[in-house]
Amino acid sequence: MTRDYPVSSIRLPHDLPLDSGQVLSDAEIAYESYGVLNEARDNAILICHALTGDQFVASEHPVTGKPGWWDRMVGPGKPVDTDRFHVICANVIGSCLGSTGPASMASDGQPYAMRFPVITIRDMVRGLVGLLDELAIERLHCVIGGSMGGMQALSLAANFPERAGRVLAIATTARHSAQNIAFHEVGRQAIMADPAWSNGDYYASETSPDAGLAVARMAAHITYLSEDGLTEKFGRRFQDRPDGAPGAKSFGFDADFQVESYLRYQGSGFTRRFDANSYLYITRAMDYFDLAEEHGGKLAQAFGGSEARFCIVSFDTDWLYPTAESRHIVHALNAAGAAVSFVELSAPFGHDSFLLDVPALDRVVAGFLSQ
Amino acid sequence: MSQHLRPDLAVIAEAIAPGARVLDIGCGDGALLKTLRDSKGVDARGMDIDAEQVAGCVAHGLSVVQGDANRDLTDYPDASFDYAVLSQTLPMAKRPDLMLDELLRVGREAFVSFPNFAHWRTRAALLLGGRMPVTRALPLTWYETRNIHHVTVDDFRELTRLKGCDIRGCWFFAGERSLSATAANLRAEFAVFHLAR
Repeated sequence: MTRDYPVSSIRLPHDLPLDSGQVLSDAEIAYESYGVLNEARDNAILICHALTGDQFVASEHPVTGKPGWWDRMVGPGKPVDTDRFHVICANVIGSCLGSTGPASMASDGQPYAMRFPVITIRDMVRGLVGLLDELAIERLHCVIGGSMGGMQALSLAANFPERAGRVLAIATTARHSAQNIAFHEVGRQAIMADPAWSNGDYYASETSPDAGLAVARMAAHITYLSEDGLTEKFGRRFQDRPDGAPGAKSFGFDADFQVESYLRYQGSGFTRRFDANSYLYITRAMDYFDLAEEHGGKLAQAFGGSEARFCIVSFDTDWLYPTAESRHIVHALNAAGAAVSFVELSAPFGHDSFLLDVPALDRVVAGFLSQ
Repeated sequence: MSQHLRPDLAVIAEAIAPGARVLDIGCGDGALLKTLRDSKGVDARGMDIDAEQVAGCVAHGLSVVQGDANRDLTDYPDASFDYAVLSQTLPMAKRPDLMLDELLRVGREAFVSFPNFAHWRTRAALLLGGRMPVTRALPLTWYETRNIHHVTVDDFRELTRLKGCDIRGCWFFAGERSLSATAANLRAEFAVFHLAR
């Protein structure tokens, strides 16, 4: 995967210490920003992206040409109002949209590939805090994230409590469950089973493990949707033939069903914009995430030092990070005496609800940011 | 300050000390919390079971948790709050006696307001009409109401005695009108008690 589009980025002037004990030198953090930073430098909002997200939260994606992934939420007059706030969104380390990751060049001029150190959610946050240091932003008005972005928001609150006045964590968890890890392992095995993966050393080769990465994405994509959502969208409907003939059973293994066709499309589209090794590293970081474990086994201790206001939002159809996980976080925040709001919103789209049209979420986000 | 508040909430808002930490259980649209925050500098938190109410509160910048008071009060450590408020929610509790214990565990003091089932209108509806009362204070039919434990002023006093609660104050209302304590069990539609242990 080569990058042939410009990104704005900052190179951190210091080594990044990692949870593994290794360090990441010359780390580059690619980011986008919107709205004006005020003179007091206290109107900044950091948005943390999800597993396969990127810094293009409200601007056109340079590869796909699609609008920003949270375009509906971020912009002038929108819930995260860029007329009021200076919004920053950075690509996490380990990813592949301009921040240092496995596809980046190591000091020997060769891509890191599997020599890239295994990172954690906290390591990603260290990179983000490094960026804030370089941007001379001491304290964020708010850190916001959904899914893996929510993990980063919680991790920032726990490990750098002085850096954010508000923490908004949506459709997320404080720890990856066995089921979460299991789904990720399916994805990783799909990638590593692709002969083109070549132990991660495919950057100079003609082929890359697109087939494996597409399967990984297909499996993961199912976990982002609800059963009712899939049924409503596709049911058992057949896909029309390429020649326009109405769909029917082919008694073969083409994409007979619309849902198959949809997943194949999602999978192959994904390989155009994402690096397979990044997928391995970032899913690993999520699997290692257990905020309580980092803080003596007690989640409440993770938030002991926090003066921040918290808002935790879950969705009733999200079975990837179900409401019980959010309640677990709320329980800990209450025990720590933190100011916390929590609401389970009703939306039909499963885990992906946080990215989609849920007007109640817009109201909650706008209200929480304005307080 | 509290001209728009329901009368029971208005006396509670009046009685709460400025700057206190308050948990309003069953906070609904957050009217009390908002008043306390805006006019008394109170660290005001809420809990409500209804997601839409909670979303509305958060949209107003209030710290409110969606939860079931029968279950989720255990999240809070002892004496986390100066005051725990339970307004018009007691009859919906699975076990009002245990709820009272929880109120005075998470709060050093508590305010409890409830509709008085011994109000003369209620008595009349049952005695003369022979039907479950549907009144101004209890507007829903027996099959619609979420109240599962109707309570009277005298019953509540008895419960506080059994629990060893100290009654710091009580207020009685008929509609918007404030009443004296005389024959409150017959005359009051609503009661508010200020309790401590």
